[in-house]
Amino acid sequence: MLTKVFATIAVVITGGLLLYGVSDFPAFGDPHSPANAGVGNEESISQYFITQTYKDTKVPNIVTAVLADYRGYDTMFETVVIFAAGIAIFAILRVTGNEAEKKSIKPPLDSSINGDHQRIIVGTTCRIVIPVVQMFALYVVAHGHHSPGGGFQGGVILGASFILVAMSEDLNAALRRFSEKTYLTLACVGILIYAGFGLMCQFLERNFLDYGILQKVLFTDGPEMARSHSMLGVEVGVAFTVTAIMFAIYANLSSRGVLKNGL
Amino acid sequence: MIDQIPAIIVLAPLFGAMIIGLFGIRDHRVCLPVVFISLLVSLGASVAAAQQVFNVGTINYFVGGWEKPLGIGIHLKIDALNSLVLVVIGVVVMLVSFFSIRRVGERDTEKTPYFYILYLLLCVGLFGITITSDAFNLFVLIEVSSLTSYALIAMGSNKRGTVAAFNYVIMGTVGASFYLLGVGYLYLKTGSLNMDGIHAILMLETNDANVGASKATTVAFIFILVGIWIKMAFFPLYGWLPNAYTYCPSTSSCILAPLMTKVSVYVMIRVMITVFGLDWVFVELGWSQLVVWLAVIAILAGSMLALAQREIKKMLCYLIVAEVGYMVGGAWLADPDHWGMTGALYHILADAMMTLCLFLFAGIVAKRLGAFEISDLQGLFKKMPITSIGLVIGALAMIGVPPTCGFFSKFYLIRGAIEGGHWEFVAALLISSLVNAVLFFRIFEIAYFGNKPAEGHDHSHDHSDDSIEEGKGSDSTVLGREASWSSLFPLLASAAIIILLGVFNGEVVALIRVTFENSNHLSGLFR
Amino acid sequence: MSEFIQTNVQPYFNFWIYVVLMMIGLWALIAKNNLIKKLIGMSIFQTAIILFYVSLGVKDGSTIPILDHHGPEHHETADAGHDDVHEKEHGKKAEPHHADDHVGPNPDTIANPLPHVLMLTAIVVGVSTLGVALAIGQMIFKEFGTLEENEILEQIKAGNVDD
Repeated sequence: MLTKVFATIAVVITGGLLLYGVSDFPAFGDPHSPANAGVGNEESISQYFITQTYKDTKVPNIVTAVLADYRGYDTMFETVVIFAAGIAIFAILRVTGNEAEKKSIKPPLDSSINGDHQRIIVGTTCRIVIPVVQMFALYVVAHGHHSPGGGFQGGVILGASFILVAMSEDLNAALRRFSEKTYLTLACVGILIYAGFGLMCQFLERNFLDYGILQKVLFTDGPEMARSHSMLGVEVGVAFTVTAIMFAIYANLSSRGVLKNGL
Repeated sequence: MIDQIPAIIVLAPLFGAMIIGLFGIRDHRVCLPVVFISLLVSLGASVAAAQQVFNVGTINYFVGGWEKPLGIGIHLKIDALNSLVLVVIGVVVMLVSFFSIRRVGERDTEKTPYFYILYLLLCVGLFGITITSDAFNLFVLIEVSSLTSYALIAMGSNKRGTVAAFNYVIMGTVGASFYLLGVGYLYLKTGSLNMDGIHAILMLETNDANVGASKATTVAFIFILVGIWIKMAFFPLYGWLPNAYTYCPSTSSCILAPLMTKVSVYVMIRVMITVFGLDWVFVELGWSQLVVWLAVIAILAGSMLALAQREIKKMLCYLIVAEVGYMVGGAWLADPDHWGMTGALYHILADAMMTLCLFLFAGIVAKRLGAFEISDLQGLFKKMPITSIGLVIGALAMIGVPPTCGFFSKFYLIRGAIEGGHWEFVAALLISSLVNAVLFFRIFEIAYFGNKPAEGHDHSHDHSDDSIEEGKGSDSTVLGREASWSSLFPLLASAAIIILLGVFNGEVVALIRVTFENSNHLSGLFR
Repeated sequence: MSEFIQTNVQPYFNFWIYVVLMMIGLWALIAKNNLIKKLIGMSIFQTAIILFYVSLGVKDGSTIPILDHHGPEHHETADAGHDDVHEKEHGKKAEPHHADDHVGPNPDTIANPLPHVLMLTAIVVGVSTLGVALAIGQMIFKEFGTLEENEILEQIKAGNVDD
């Protein structure tokens, strides 16, 4: 009871304060609000992104360009957050050896979900769907410059395809295709690709993640195309990590860290 | 090379973590050398950066080379305010790595590499928080450090630690989300995410929009402040801290307790000085009185709660709550010469070392004596004389006895309080010192007079169900001997730094005050 | 009352919705007894923040921040009449383009990309936090056999916490 009273007070104060701030906002959808057009006469950051991105990077998807280039440092740590979450879940849940034998969840025999008939229908459907899903995931990663998409989105879809394997058959089947060692390595490699692109710029005596200089290595005409290509490389790194960690999170959570049988 | 320093500080532990992820999981012997090398690189780079800052000037680093217009890319900045904090983080993580030798692996070797990955990523987060000059990037790095610390707390096999970690997740998420909301309100009003850029626009007084005076800006400040207060466990919001730091593995508590709260205090000061500007915070808002009173309550409550504890670590946790009150109060004293702020910044450095020293001590006695409660420390001075030196110096610093740094931080805080006219803060500081004296002299008395080693041994078994994991691993051959060099070295090193920081307090404070002498820092670097 | 709604709520409709959502999430976060319900509250809370950020990047009559597939230069030279289409579509006067001026697209017709980028990051952070929290919740269930907070606290109070 006391917590409910306290919660109500806290929530009302928070909401009231936020609404008090809202009363001072520019109107919803105003293209000339400070966030959209800046304060004063100078061009705001978001206007700069809209007008200059294509000139700077030759990437028509502004969101991808801002994500992977202008604010690439943020995105690298975003990937690190994902990686840290995966490792954290590992560190918390994973059990091995004798303890694992004790705790492994026995698959429920004869239950309606795992009955043979359903298994055939579900299994066949998934066998048809999964390659399509994976193709689509690769498209989302590779085409992130031109259409909505990118490393995170594609990585999640690719991870989901492996989760689908685990759900339609069982976790062991998915782990045979995508083992623990593989996904841990893949997660590390993904971040190393990202940070490696940045480090390469440093070796060429520019700042971290200053892709423009990579034209010397990538043999592109002009720094703009080098930025565009590097963004693709970076997105692939992100996709690696996200795929691996999404599957790792599912595998550990669904089997309570035993990595056998699963749900 | 020298101009790449800001990136190197953050990247070295990141690459270290990835190398452990690739090779350390297969061969555990890889872990420690990688940890040491990467942290040593970071520490060296921090020291070099500090030299550069104080000899040449502020280091600005634009990731991706996106320099103009300000704010399109991510801007890293090392100036007088954060260079010393960076060095202290480097020193603390270095010392804790020594302490972690043979400590993590003792029980569950399978998880050793994961521990080190999380440990290095935590370092990445802490260095990154300190170094960044972008409000949103700060949020991302806060999340890197928070996620890793949740895991470091939950990793121990302690039931209560798991529950504490869950509460920490909830509170930490609320804190980070509040911070994010505040940044959103600021972005809505200013259209910028760069700290200097936001400050420049807040100071701008155009005829159609006075951003600094708007309601949304005030709300943004409140939410950023409350978010950071949750992260630093300022008084009414401290609920998550004591259990989380008490029931986690000793190595984790040794790194989290000295650094997480201090870095949050640094973030608060950074936001006050760089984003909003002290003029805006103290003059336009004028809440100094209110916050100082909150800090007074925090100090008194923390001290009183510490007095009521029987467990060593929990007592230290409540002392942290009190120390956070010192720093928040000091930062908000609003005295004209910024002595309060100076004291708060000095106390960040001092308290990091003091907390490290005492938590290392708590870790050592938990391991060697199975001692979790104060009463378990009987006969400590005879059994473990070298460890006792660490305890004595850490305790004297907490009490505030010269020449330890604890005395001088209190000295500067009191000077600021007197000049700002906050006598209640002076009283709170003195009372807290008195309480600390009572606390630690009680420990000294038990440790000096109670020389019943056999009974101490029995005690450890009484309390083995009191849930701290190391207690179970300790057998009678280990009990009662002096700790190993890998535990003693960081303890004595931190004790030595406590004294050095005190002896050279004039020099350190001169470096800190560069921030205030250089008015550029207070009124935006650009435009 | 209706006047209040017209002047204060209607222009800021999204912001009011986000505050309400945030309050629901925060309430669940603090007051709910079940740990999983707390996590659901946490998710609602974070989603509300995403709604807030995305709302502040909206411009009336604007389109997604992805430029024409061939880029603005092609678009200007190849199709001079394109601007008229834009004008008709959005009922808004777009600023005239100059063929030799490489300013790129008119910022007022394209949504603000920055909040989208920030929220991509925040979504990822939210997912990661949720994953870790679920893992910790699973550990709690394994150790205490319950996810109700009061029952866990009772067990701790009863001293039933040995490993």
